[in-house]
Amino acid sequence: MIAMPEPDRAVLGRRAEIVQALRRLVPGEGVIDKQNELRAFESDGLTAYRQSPMVAVLPETTAQVVDVLRYCAANKVKVVPRGAGTSLSGGALPLADGVLLGMGKFNKILDIDVANRCVVAQPGVTNLGITHAVQGLGLYYAPDPSSQIACTIGGNVAENSGGVHCLKYGLTTNNVIGIEMVTIDGEIVRLGGKHFDSEGYDLLGVMVGSEGMLGVVTEVTVRILPKPPGARALLIGFSTVEGAGDCVADVIGGGIIPGGMEIMDRPAVAAAEVFVHAGYPLDCEALLIVELDGCEAEVDHLTAAVETIAERHGATSCRTSQSEAERLLFWAGRKAAFPAVGRISPDYYCMDGTIPRREIGRVLQQMKQMEARFGLRVANVFHAGDGNLHPLILYDANKPGELDRAEAFGSEILRLCVHVGGVLTGEHGVGVEKRDLMDTMFNEIDLNQQQRLKCAFDSDSLLNPGKVFPQLCRCAELGRMHVHAGKVAFPDLPRF
Amino acid sequence: MSVLEPSDAKQIAEMISWIVAEGDTLEIVAGGTKRALGRPMKTDHLLDVSRLSGIVEYEAAELVLTAQPGEPLASINAELAKKRQMLAFEPPDWRALLGAEGEPTLGGVIACNLAGPRRVRAGSARDYILGFSAVNGFGEIWKAGGKVVKNVTGYDMCKLQAGAYGTLSALTELTVKVMPKPETACTIVLHGLADDLAIPTLANALNSPFEVSGAAHLPASAARRSKVSVVAAGLGAATAMRLEGPRPSVVYRTTALESLVGRGARLNEAETEAFWSEVGAVQPFLAQGSRIVWRLCPTPSQAPSVAYSILSGLQSAEFYFDWGGGLIWLSLDSEEAGPDAGAGIVRPVVKTAGGHATLVVAPEAVRASVPVFEPLSAGLAQLTARVKSGFDPRGVLNPGRMQEGP
Repeated sequence: MIAMPEPDRAVLGRRAEIVQALRRLVPGEGVIDKQNELRAFESDGLTAYRQSPMVAVLPETTAQVVDVLRYCAANKVKVVPRGAGTSLSGGALPLADGVLLGMGKFNKILDIDVANRCVVAQPGVTNLGITHAVQGLGLYYAPDPSSQIACTIGGNVAENSGGVHCLKYGLTTNNVIGIEMVTIDGEIVRLGGKHFDSEGYDLLGVMVGSEGMLGVVTEVTVRILPKPPGARALLIGFSTVEGAGDCVADVIGGGIIPGGMEIMDRPAVAAAEVFVHAGYPLDCEALLIVELDGCEAEVDHLTAAVETIAERHGATSCRTSQSEAERLLFWAGRKAAFPAVGRISPDYYCMDGTIPRREIGRVLQQMKQMEARFGLRVANVFHAGDGNLHPLILYDANKPGELDRAEAFGSEILRLCVHVGGVLTGEHGVGVEKRDLMDTMFNEIDLNQQQRLKCAFDSDSLLNPGKVFPQLCRCAELGRMHVHAGKVAFPDLPRF
Repeated sequence: MSVLEPSDAKQIAEMISWIVAEGDTLEIVAGGTKRALGRPMKTDHLLDVSRLSGIVEYEAAELVLTAQPGEPLASINAELAKKRQMLAFEPPDWRALLGAEGEPTLGGVIACNLAGPRRVRAGSARDYILGFSAVNGFGEIWKAGGKVVKNVTGYDMCKLQAGAYGTLSALTELTVKVMPKPETACTIVLHGLADDLAIPTLANALNSPFEVSGAAHLPASAARRSKVSVVAAGLGAATAMRLEGPRPSVVYRTTALESLVGRGARLNEAETEAFWSEVGAVQPFLAQGSRIVWRLCPTPSQAPSVAYSILSGLQSAEFYFDWGGGLIWLSLDSEEAGPDAGAGIVRPVVKTAGGHATLVVAPEAVRASVPVFEPLSAGLAQLTARVKSGFDPRGVLNPGRMQEGP
C-alpha cells in the first residue's frame, strides 16, 4: 500500500473549531462532520484505499468555494476536491486531516450555445448529462470515459479523461475550451472561454489533468460536436494478439482513424461473452472491435477497406454489424468487460499504461511470464488505436497477501510499459496509485520542474497533497537558484 | 550581441548557466522567421538552435514523430508526405506577413502555437505535442510528456510550452502526434453573402455532420486578392467550406452540404490547397504597403458585430474571417490607426465580445509601446508571473517577448 502523508496533529486538534468556521461559510447541510456520514466519501474508484476525511464540505456557489478555500489557505488546512468519486487512481482519496470539497451540488447546465458549438456547465454535471442536454440538436460531447453515467465534467477536467473514442476525437483537454477556477488563495480566474486560443500562457491546458492539485474548477465550457450520421462495428478474430496488433497498425498506417478500436484477449472475451452474449467468437486469441463512423458513403468505403486489411492479416473471423442494435451489442461485451471480469474473480485491479503499439507482442508475452511468477491471472482489454492497455489483474482481497501481490504485479506491468517506451497512465491519472512509480519516467529535475509549476498555484501544498508526486513540494527550496559566478562549466563565449 | 550556436541540449544547458551567472539575457531563434512576432526584445545574446535539427524517430503506424526543434517544417512535411501523413494543425506560413526569410521550424511553430484553417476542426499545435525535452532558466535539462499518443502522467507541460514563445524553456526535442493526410479535398464557395449572413452559415455548416474542416469568409475586398480565380472572379464576398476525406465520402458530403447551405462554386483539390494556404498565410493582406495587421479571436458568433464596431471607429479597416468567425484578420491604415495601432478601439470591442486580440504586424517601435498580446487581468498576470518565475526566475529566456518585464 502507498503511504499517505502523516496527518497534522495540530490541525486534527482544531477539528471542532474548523468545522464550526466552515459551517459559518457553508450553512445548512453543506458541512458534514459525523463519522458515519463521512464514510460515504472514504474511497473513490480505487477501492483498496480508504480514508475518512476530517470534514466534508458541499458548497453550492462559487462564492462559497472562494470562502472555504480562503479559510483553508489562511489556516493551513489541506483540501481534496471531489466530483463523483469515480477516479481509478485514488485522485479523490480523502486525507485524515483534510477538508473534502465535494462539488456535486454544482449540477446545472448554464448555457447551450449552438452558434458557438459549446456548452457551459457546472463541474458537477455528469459527462453523459452534457450529451443528454444537446442530443436533441444532433450534437454530443465526444470524450466518453466508461464511467460517463456517473463521472462529472469537473472530474474529467481534473483527470483529463479519455474513452474509447479519443483516438479520433481527443481527450478532455482537446474538448474543453474554457474554465472558471478558484485558486487556493480564493482568487477566481477565468481561463479560455468560447473563443479559440489563449491570450497568454495556456494555463487551461495545464489545469486539465492537474488532478485537483492546482485549483478548484467551478465552471467548464466544452466543445460539442455534430453526431456522426452513422456508425458500424466490425468484430474481427485473430489467432494471436500480435496479429490483431499488426492489423491495427495497418489500418492506421493506411490512413484510417476509426471512431473506436479495441482489442480483448481470450480471457476477457470469454468473461464478456458469458456475461453479455454478444456473439463474440470464442475460438480466437484476440478479438478486435473496429468502429467506423461518419456519413454512409464513408462508412461503406472504410468498412470494405478494413475488411480487406483484416483478411490480409489472417483474421480467423470477421463480422460486420448489420443494424444499430447489433452494433450496440458488439460494444456491450467490451463495455461490460470490467464487470464481467468481476464475475469470474472476487476482485480485480485495473492498470492503465500506454505503450508504442509495436511492442504489444513483447509486453503481453512478458505479462504471461509475470502471471506465473505472481500466481495471479490477467485479462486484457485495450484501446488498440492508441496503445493504451487495461490489464485486469484478478485477485481475492480476502486471501492474505493477494492484494499486495496484485499491486506488485501492477507496478511491474507499468515499469515494463515505461521500459518499452510507453508511459504509466494513458487516462486514469497518477493519483495515489502510481505516485511512487513516477521516478521510472521522470528524474528528479523533471519532477522538480513539475513541482515548481505546482508552487506557482499553491505554494503551501494544500491542494490534494500526497497525490502524483512521490515527495511533497518544498517550494522555497525549489525556487532557489544556485549561481556560482565564474565556476560554471561554460566560462568562455567566443568558442561558439 | 554574441551569437551562440549549440549543437546539443548539454551545450544549451551550459550556455544558459553561464548567461545566468553573467546576469545576461538571450533570445532563442532557429529559422528566425517569427522574430517580428511579439514584443521586440533587446537581449545580450542570440541562442541559435538551428544546429539541433533532424528527425529522431518517425513511426507512421504509431502516429508519432520525434524531431529536434531546429528541423525545418518543410522537411518534416516532406517526410510525412511519403507516408501520406501530415501535421493536422496545418502550420501557416507567415513569412510574407512578417517580412521574414528563412525556413520555419518545428520548434518555432510549436513555441508560437500557430495553426491554420483546420484548427476549427482539428485543434492547434498545442493539441498535437506529446512530449518534449528542454532547458529551463535554471540551466537544467528537463523533459515532460512521452512518445505515445495517449498519456496523462504528470502535469501537461506540453500545453504550457506551446505558445510560451520561448519564455519558459529552450526546447531541445519535440514529439508530436501526426495524422493521416486526407485522400482528397474539395471546397464549396458561396458568393456574395453579407458578413452577418456568412458567419451563421459557417456555424450551420460546422454544426452539420458533414465534417467541415475549413470555414472562412472573405468580404469582397479580400476575395478579390485571391490568386484562386474561382474565388476572385466571384466579384464579391466568398464564403468557403472545406471537406476532406476518402473520395466517396467527400463526393457525398459535398452534395449534402450544398443542400444545407445552398449551391456554390466548387474548388478542386489543387485549388482547395492553394486557397486554404492563402487563408492561413494572410495572403489577402500582403503587399498592401505599410498597414497594421491584427489577429482577433472573438467568440465566433460575435465576429460580424466585432468587425462592424471596429469599422465604425476605423474607416480604413479591412477584414476577413477564418475558423467560422473565431479568427478575424484585421488590416488598418497605419496613419489612421495612430500611435497605438488602433488598440484603443480594437481591444475593448474584442474584449466585450469575449476574446482576445494580438498585434501581429506593426513597426517595431509600435510593438514596443503597445501591448502585442492581450493585457491580462490582475489575477492572471500575477499567476503568469509566478509560473514564469518557476521556470526562469532570472528572466533570462526571451525576456519581455510576451509581456513587458522579465
